[in-house]
Amino acid sequence: MLNEFLILMKSELVLCCIIFLLLFIKVGTDMTNERMLPLVQVLLLVNVVASFIFNQEGTLFGGLFTTNLLMAFQKSILSIGIYLISLLFADWLKKSEHMPEFFMLMLSAVLGMFFMISSGSLLMFFLALELSTIPVAAMANFDLEKKLSSEAAMKMILSSAFSSGILLFGISLIYGATGTINFAEIPALLDGSPLQILAFVFLFTAFAFKLSIVPFHLWTADVYEGSPVAVTSFLSVISKGSIAFILLTTLYKVFAPMQEIWYNMVMLLSVITMIFGNLFALRQQNIKRFLAFSSIAQVGFILVGLSSNSSQGTASVVYFILIYIFSNLAAFGVAGAISQQTGKERIDDLKGLYQTNPFISWVLALALFSLAGIPPTAGFFGKLFLITAGASKGNYFFITVAALNLIVSLYYYLRIIRAVFMDKNDQPIEKIILLPSVKLGMLICGAGIILTGLLSWVYDYITSLTM
Amino acid sequence: MNLPVLILLPLLTAVVILLMRNATQVKWAALAGAAAQFVLAFALLFAFRSERAAGNEAQMLFELQYNWFPAWHISFHLGVDGISVAMILLTSFVVIAGVLVSWNVEKMTKEFYFLLILLSLGAYGFFMSLDLFILFFFLEIAVIPKYLLIGIWGSGKKEYAANKLALMLMGGSALVLVGLLGTYFGSPTKTFDLMTLSQLNIPASVQHICFPLLFVGFGVFTALFPFHTWVPDGHSSAPTAGSMFLAGISMKLGGYGCLRVATYIMPDGAKEYANIIIVLSAIAILYGAFATMMQKDLKYINAYSSVSHCGFVLLGIGMLTKTAMTGAVMQMVSHGLMTALFFAVIGMIYERTHTRQVNEMGGLLKVMPFITTVLFIVGLCSLGLPGLSGFVAEMTIFMGSWQNTDAFHRIATIAACMSIVVTAVYILRAVGQTAMGPLKAGYENLTDATWNEKAAAIILIAGIVAIGIAPFWLNDLVSPATEIIMKKLAAVTAGM
Repeated sequence: MLNEFLILMKSELVLCCIIFLLLFIKVGTDMTNERMLPLVQVLLLVNVVASFIFNQEGTLFGGLFTTNLLMAFQKSILSIGIYLISLLFADWLKKSEHMPEFFMLMLSAVLGMFFMISSGSLLMFFLALELSTIPVAAMANFDLEKKLSSEAAMKMILSSAFSSGILLFGISLIYGATGTINFAEIPALLDGSPLQILAFVFLFTAFAFKLSIVPFHLWTADVYEGSPVAVTSFLSVISKGSIAFILLTTLYKVFAPMQEIWYNMVMLLSVITMIFGNLFALRQQNIKRFLAFSSIAQVGFILVGLSSNSSQGTASVVYFILIYIFSNLAAFGVAGAISQQTGKERIDDLKGLYQTNPFISWVLALALFSLAGIPPTAGFFGKLFLITAGASKGNYFFITVAALNLIVSLYYYLRIIRAVFMDKNDQPIEKIILLPSVKLGMLICGAGIILTGLLSWVYDYITSLTM
Repeated sequence: MNLPVLILLPLLTAVVILLMRNATQVKWAALAGAAAQFVLAFALLFAFRSERAAGNEAQMLFELQYNWFPAWHISFHLGVDGISVAMILLTSFVVIAGVLVSWNVEKMTKEFYFLLILLSLGAYGFFMSLDLFILFFFLEIAVIPKYLLIGIWGSGKKEYAANKLALMLMGGSALVLVGLLGTYFGSPTKTFDLMTLSQLNIPASVQHICFPLLFVGFGVFTALFPFHTWVPDGHSSAPTAGSMFLAGISMKLGGYGCLRVATYIMPDGAKEYANIIIVLSAIAILYGAFATMMQKDLKYINAYSSVSHCGFVLLGIGMLTKTAMTGAVMQMVSHGLMTALFFAVIGMIYERTHTRQVNEMGGLLKVMPFITTVLFIVGLCSLGLPGLSGFVAEMTIFMGSWQNTDAFHRIATIAACMSIVVTAVYILRAVGQTAMGPLKAGYENLTDATWNEKAAAIILIAGIVAIGIAPFWLNDLVSPATEIIMKKLAAVTAGM
C-alpha cells in the first residue's frame, strides 16, 4: 500500500518535497537569490526527469486519485514548462525580493494542477482547481510597487471566485441529477435531460473562464498586462495547458454520452474564440496584451482538436500543448528579457531589434512562426493535427473557418516580424545581455520548436499513450 | 539516385552559410552549394533517362518511403517522374543564376543567401513529394523566405507587397489544406499518399467539392485570375534574385500542384470545372497582356506579362488533352527560365541606371552591349520567336487546345492566341525604347556586365536555347508522365 502510494503519487510528492525544502531554506538560512536560483533550477530539472520515470497506472483513495501514463505525460509537460520558466526569467527572479515565495506559490499552483489532472471525482477536482488558482492570484501581485500588478491580482481573484461559484453550482446540479460525484459513475447515469445539460453548461462555463474562451475572456488581457512577465507566461501556458488537459478527461470520459450536445457547443465557442481572439490581437500595441489575445486565439484552435471525441483528438491536443509551451515561453522569454532590461513593452519598441540583438530576434521569429503554424516549426504540425482531428467529423464549415483564421493570425504575427527585421529605427533597443541560464532556456525552447515537429516519434509516443 | 540528397544539400548549404564569417565566404559557399545543386539536377536527369532507356516503366522512379506520422497515415514518400525532373532542373537553373546575380548584395548578406537557399529547399522537396502532407509542408516552407526577402531587401512599397504576398499565398495554402483534408476524409481509404489516392476512386461528390479548393488554392500561387494581384506588387518590390525565384520557381509550384494534385487525383472534378478554368485562364492571358501594355516600369512589365504567360499553363491544363498538358509543363519550364532571365537583366540595368522607367532610358545598347543583347533575346523569347523556348511551349499548348473541336474551346484558343500580338507590341516597345535611340545624358559611363552577371545570363540562355532548338528531349521527358494523367481522365469519360 505504501509502495503503491509512493509510486502513483510520485510527481505530487516530489513537488511537495521541493516546496518544503524551499520553505526551510527561506526560514532557516539566509541564502541569497544569486546562490539559490541555480539550486531551484536543478531541483526543477530533477522534477522533470523524475516525471518521466517509474510511471504506472492505478487509483488511490477509493477512486479519488487516478493516474495513468497519459496523465503522467501531461504532468511531465507542465514540469518542463515550469523548468523553462525558472530558466527564462532568471534575471527577473534574481532581482526579486521574494524569489523563494515565488517558487513556492508557483509550485503549489502546479501541485494543484497535478491533482486536478489526476482527480477522479468532482470534489477532488474542485479542491485541486482552487489550489491551482489562489497562489496564481498572489503571483500576479508580485510587482509590489506597481499598481497595475495589484489591479491584475484583484481582477484575477474576483473572476476566479466567480467562476468557482459557477463551477460549484454546476457540480451541485450534477450531484442532484445523477446522485454521484465520481467520474467513473457519472457517464452511465447521463441521459441528456435538461437538468444535466444545465449542469454541464455551468461546468463548462467555469472551464471557459479559466481557459479564457470568448465570451468569458474579459479578464485575460488586463491580468496579462499587469502581471510580471514570468507570471503572465505561467498563466498563459501552464495554467491553460492544465485546464485543457482536464477538459479532455471531462469531455471525453465523463460527458461522453452527451457528445452530441457538447460538440455543437465546443464548435460554436471555438469559432467565436478564434475570430475574436484574432480580431482583438490585430490592434494591440503592448506585447503582453498582444500575446494575451493571441493565446485566446490559440485556445480556439485547441477547441478545434477537442471537438473530435477520439484518441486522435486527445493526442493532437496534448501534442499541441507541448509545442505551445515551447513556442509561447520562447516569445515570453524574449519579451521578459527586453522588458526587464529596458522597461519597454510596446511592439513599436521592437523596431530594428535585429540590428542590435540578432540572437533573440531569431528566437522570437521562431516562436512566432511556430505560433502562426509555419513549417518547419512544430507549430505547423500541432495546428495541422488539431485541424485534421477537428475535420474528422466532416464539418467543412468548421475547418474552413479554422484555416481562414490561420491567415488572420499570420497577419499579426508578421507585424512583429516586420518590426523586428524590416522597420528602421534610429534608436533601437540596445544590446541585451542574457544570463547563461536565459540563453539555455531559449535554446531549449528553440530546439523544442524545431525538433518536436520534425521528429515524428514525439507524436507517435503521445498517440501510443492515448490508445 | 538518392532523392533526399537534393533536400539535404540545400540544408547543408544553408547551415554552412550560417557558419561563415564574412560576406565573401558566404557568397562562395552559396555559389558552391548552388553549383552542386546544378550538377545534382543534371545527374538526376541522366540517371532518370538511363533508367527509362533500360526499360524501367515504373510511373515514379527512385521512390523512397518511410513512415513519418503513422497515426495520420503520413509517410515521407519521395519519387520523380518526367514532370518532376523537368521542374527540378528548372529550379537548379534559377537558383544558380539567382545566386550569381545577387553578388552585390551588401545588406545582411548572410541572411539573404540563407533565405535564398531555404527557398530552393522548399521547391525541391515540393517537386519530389509523393505524399500530400509533405507536399503541403514544403509548399508552406517557401512562403516565409519570400516574405522576408521582399520585406528586407526589396524596394518601393516593400512592406505592403511582402504582406500582400504572404497573406495571399497563405490564403491559397489554407484552401489547399481544406481540400487536402476533404480528400483525406472523403476517400475510401484514409491516406495522404498521392500514388495510393490516384489508384482509388474518390467519390465524385467529394471531388466536386475538393477539386475547386485544391485548384484555386494552388492557382493563387500561379496567378490564377482573379487571385493574381500579389504578382505585380510582389515581383516589382522584390530584390532581383527574389523576383527570379518568385516568378521562376514559386509560381511553378502552383502550376505543378494544379496538375499533379488536383487534376491527377480528381479527374471527375477536373472534367466538371475544366470550362471555368479555361475561361479564367483566357481572361488572365488577355488581361495580363493588355495590362502590360500600360506599364512603364520594366519590372511591372515582366510581372504582368508573367500573369499572362502563367495563364497559358492553366489553359493547357484546362484543355485536358495530352498535348496541351505537355505544353503546360513545357511552358512552366520555359517561362521559369525566361522570366528569371528577364528579371536578372532588369536588375542589371537598374543597378547601373538606377531607374526602371522605360521612358527614362534609351540607347543603352551603345554602352552595355552584352546586357542589352540579353534583353533582346529574352524579349524575343517572351513574344514567342521560333528557336527559343517560348515558341515551343506556347505552340504545343495551342496545338493541344485545337484538338478540342467544339466552339467553346476554339474561341478560347483563338482569344489566347491573340495575346501573342499584344505581347509583341509591349515587348518590342519596351526593348526598343530601352536599347535603341540616342543615348540619354548621364548614361555615358555605364559599364557592361561583370563576370557573375554574364555567367548567370549565359546559363539561363543556354536553357532557353536548348529547349528552343531541341524541344523533343523535354517533350520525351514530360509526355509519358502526362499520358498517365490523361489515361485517368479518359477512364472517367469511359466510365460515365
